[in-house]
Amino acid sequence: MSLSSLVIPVLLAGVAVYGLGKRVDVYAALTHGAEEGLSVLLRIVPALVGLLTAVSMFRASGAMEWLSGLFAPALDLLGIPPETAPLMLVRPVSGNGALAVASDLMAVHGPDSYVGRVAAVMLGSTETTFYTIAVYFGSAGITKTRHTVPAALAADLTGFAAAALAVRLFFGS
Amino acid sequence: MEMAWVWTGMVTLSLAFGLLTGNLDAVANAALEGARSAVELSLAMAGVLCLWSGVMEIMNACGLSAGLARLFRPLLRRLLPKASRDPETLAAVSANVSANLLGLGNAATPLGIRAARRMARGCGGIASDELCRLVVLNTASIQLIPATIASVRAAAGCETPFDILPAVWLASVLSVAAGLTAERLLSHGRRRV
Repeated sequence: MSLSSLVIPVLLAGVAVYGLGKRVDVYAALTHGAEEGLSVLLRIVPALVGLLTAVSMFRASGAMEWLSGLFAPALDLLGIPPETAPLMLVRPVSGNGALAVASDLMAVHGPDSYVGRVAAVMLGSTETTFYTIAVYFGSAGITKTRHTVPAALAADLTGFAAAALAVRLFFGS
Repeated sequence: MEMAWVWTGMVTLSLAFGLLTGNLDAVANAALEGARSAVELSLAMAGVLCLWSGVMEIMNACGLSAGLARLFRPLLRRLLPKASRDPETLAAVSANVSANLLGLGNAATPLGIRAARRMARGCGGIASDELCRLVVLNTASIQLIPATIASVRAAAGCETPFDILPAVWLASVLSVAAGLTAERLLSHGRRRV
């Protein structure tokens, strides 16, 4: 049993019991909120169609692999193992893709190897940046994102370098 | 505008690589496949999105979110001073932060969207500094227990899948700090809203 399988039922039951205790019609509130969720979804779909079309083309064309090779020397300089380059490219655009790349790295190098640990920490300390930006700004009706993308990418890059640093710090390399 | 550059760059590079490597068939298929998978993904998250929007509504109605907001208010008042003045936005952001810490990404997104929609009202489609900050915060990971990653490590044959926790926390803190610092520095260089 994982922790998250305990959290969700407890949260749902807890909120319902607490609400009923306060004499709130929890079921009416639930369905009303769910209706609002549906209208949010309508705004997310166009943003995702745009993003996933480009990502899918990018991977199929081989451009992703080429970029990985291009970045390898720079990564070496930052102390990031170059084997993780594909993971860093996929991470900002696809959560499932990143999970797939990371499990592949762990299978090839071993989960307790330097590369395997760095891959796991990278996955745990970053998010699916472009997906998040597309969904948030898409649903809020924002077209001018200003400095969000560079700031978010700065966070990602720092997270990747920090992942390698933290693994060396806690485990040696 | 950045998304326009990213999108055009990715599509153009894909075309160029497709032509160079002779993968053009695969690229063409991938474009259609990507669009189809976007709708599939949207449908897959529809139920969860509606469920957590509903739970948020219950939490609003019975005063739970107000309690949560009080807990996070000292921190959020510094981070998002304008948004924190609106009680409902503050409640949504607080719930968003709590869900992120618990690692409930699927729950965090609808809550964060709710806050983002309120913060975007009357701004004519231009993101304010605080909205940028909220999104940057959500593009960086702040989860305390990365359960999914631990399960991937365990699946790969690791006996102590949680031994990376301190490393994950350190990397997360550094990454969030870098994101917020970059947001603050860059906002001065551009038009303030």
